[in-house]
Amino acid sequence: MTEALRFHVPEPEVRPGGTPDFSNVPIPKAGSVPRPPIDVDPSEIRDLAFSIIRVLNRAGEAIGPWSGLLPDEELLEGLRHMMTLRAFDARMQMAQRQGKTSFYMQHLGEEAVSCAFRKALEPGDMNFPTYRQAGLLIAGGYPMVAMMNQIYSNEADPLRGRQLPIMYSSKAHGFFSISGNLATQYVQAVGWAMASAISGDTRIAAGWIGDGSTAESDFHSALVFASTYKAPVILNVVNNQWAISTFQGIARGGAGTFAARGLGFGIPALRVDGNDYLAVHAVARWAAERARRNLGPTLIEHVTYRAGAHSTSDDPSAYRPKEESAAWPLGDPIIRLKNHLIRRGVWSEERHAQAEAEILDSVIAAQREAEKHGTLHSGNKPSVRDMFEGVYAEMPPHLRRQRQKAGV
Amino acid sequence: MPRKTMIEAIRDAMDVAMERDEKVVVFGEDVGFFGGVFRCTQGLQQKYGKNRCFDTPISESGIVGTAIGMAAYGLRPCVEIQFADYMYPAYDQLTQEAARIRYRSNGDFTCPIVVRMPTGGGIFGGQTHSQSPEALFTHVSGLKTVVPSNPYDAKGLLIAAIEDPDPVIFLEPKRLYNGPFDGHYERPVTSWSKHELGEVPDGHYIVPLGQAILRRTGAAITVLAYGTMVHVALAAAEEMGIDAEVIDLRTLLPLDLDAIVTSVKKTGRCVVVHEATLTSGFGAELAALVQEHCFYHLEAPVARVTGWDTPYPHAQEWDYFPGPARVGRALVETMEA
Repeated sequence: MTEALRFHVPEPEVRPGGTPDFSNVPIPKAGSVPRPPIDVDPSEIRDLAFSIIRVLNRAGEAIGPWSGLLPDEELLEGLRHMMTLRAFDARMQMAQRQGKTSFYMQHLGEEAVSCAFRKALEPGDMNFPTYRQAGLLIAGGYPMVAMMNQIYSNEADPLRGRQLPIMYSSKAHGFFSISGNLATQYVQAVGWAMASAISGDTRIAAGWIGDGSTAESDFHSALVFASTYKAPVILNVVNNQWAISTFQGIARGGAGTFAARGLGFGIPALRVDGNDYLAVHAVARWAAERARRNLGPTLIEHVTYRAGAHSTSDDPSAYRPKEESAAWPLGDPIIRLKNHLIRRGVWSEERHAQAEAEILDSVIAAQREAEKHGTLHSGNKPSVRDMFEGVYAEMPPHLRRQRQKAGV
Repeated sequence: MPRKTMIEAIRDAMDVAMERDEKVVVFGEDVGFFGGVFRCTQGLQQKYGKNRCFDTPISESGIVGTAIGMAAYGLRPCVEIQFADYMYPAYDQLTQEAARIRYRSNGDFTCPIVVRMPTGGGIFGGQTHSQSPEALFTHVSGLKTVVPSNPYDAKGLLIAAIEDPDPVIFLEPKRLYNGPFDGHYERPVTSWSKHELGEVPDGHYIVPLGQAILRRTGAAITVLAYGTMVHVALAAAEEMGIDAEVIDLRTLLPLDLDAIVTSVKKTGRCVVVHEATLTSGFGAELAALVQEHCFYHLEAPVARVTGWDTPYPHAQEWDYFPGPARVGRALVETMEA
């Protein structure tokens, strides 16, 4: 008799009420993954798509071939960026709860990914981010007040109230306008990189996508175009384990890793400990150098964990154990870098506590400044005229008529 | 003056634009070495090199998505979708991305791209090589939509589209590529070499976006048409001996409403013609605008002659296509109403 076919739907290891279990996530020892030469043939490093590049060990030491790239001052700066992003998130999360804006998305646990990556780029390089890479702006020196003005959709919002909170845009800071729908920006990053190569420029692009949206066809399109034209682009996959309520296994399917998706395209694919500031920076720098030397694209899977909710509209306790984030084996990016700097003798618990207080003060000061310009439901707003502006470079007659009808 | 087919005129437009501005790049499926399945890009790769005219993988979302990224960088991509029927995988990139980048970034980034696509039927192309999806673009804020009806306009409009600061959908009625077509499929094919609008000046000129043109002046009734249907409408008016005014819209968005209103207020009657399906077609928008702006001048209901609300058939092509007989009938009925 022929066996009946069985339909398979992957399930996470545990659900709420269960005990978090990450024993199925193999974590290589820090320093154990080799650092290949920049011009390595991708076929020789296929195993890097199945490992995890790590620099910081449990003792807070930076070890192995991917370590030693950053001086103390830059590491201290990186710590400050991550702490700033976390404090910023906490304040804005609270502002949303207070009704000062409609929506917010925080980075809790993922701060190292965008903060460290930004420091591996050069001025003029362009990111095509998703909604959880504000570290690119913080670490790039974009003013927090401008970010908050955008979040509040107030009269000083650089985007004139047109965009959902956190969908920032800053060409000057190498940050492409966030769309809010998924994966579209990935192939645009490849196009930007192609344009840079067509123009004989030296600037490179970076695309960003989450584990869940790698399932979109634009992910495939991006990899095809990047591979075909050897585009100078870094293709980042931030695998934070959860796409809203959907565990990463639904998008990954039977593949070993998301990084492995790159192998079929002949794109070098590296997995990195996304909670390790030094590792993210080192891998990003390796990929950036490859791109700049006309060696083409690199796919980086940042292995991390979304410790917070997907957004202010999400409640993770409905689909995963509350204790899961504490059980995540790669720890917290801020604590890990802090411990490393203490071990290096350039930081201390006291200085950390003091820095935390200073940073909180600066975030609160920025918030006060932003709130002078209004919040979503109080104070000054962008004008209704602004709603009609900027659809086209020049307002066409039909919009002019509609604006008139609206009485503005 | 040199006579050109619409294919040659379109090629000439890209040639002129590429010559004048090194930021203009041209790419798409079969577009590079081969010069496109309709040969619109023939010779451009040889002349400008592979950096500026190249073949792409079969991925419409990839073609439009990379074009958007290139435009964000500062280039001016003019890309080809092989048939308008193939644009759906790129629709997300066009509607949610290209159309909105200027708006959502408050002008920080812009998207000056042109997406060319052969449109319409009349070539026995069946369901997937005959569609007219213009209403899917005119419904999207932030896009401009252009449909030329002849070689002269095709060149001038395409240069204007490439120079435009915003994304432009450029629909090329494929049945007009090699000659004007009035819907009389049973008659011998005519060529642009015998048509005055086949006269295409060399070098740079533009036909501004947003300007309709009168193809026939008349006092009794106004026909609103674009693309292939302009020629069908002209034939129908002649054959029925009706003093019709035929307006070639040329650009659907932004629309030249003044030209429409001026004509309908004069004639008091209006027939809207397009090849696309009826329901929620662009004709619905035209009919609504006419009643909104000309109601007290109308002597009869606004009529629509369009493709039927079916998929574009193969064997029944000429029963689907709104040819001169159907348009002529609508003209007579609207005159008698």
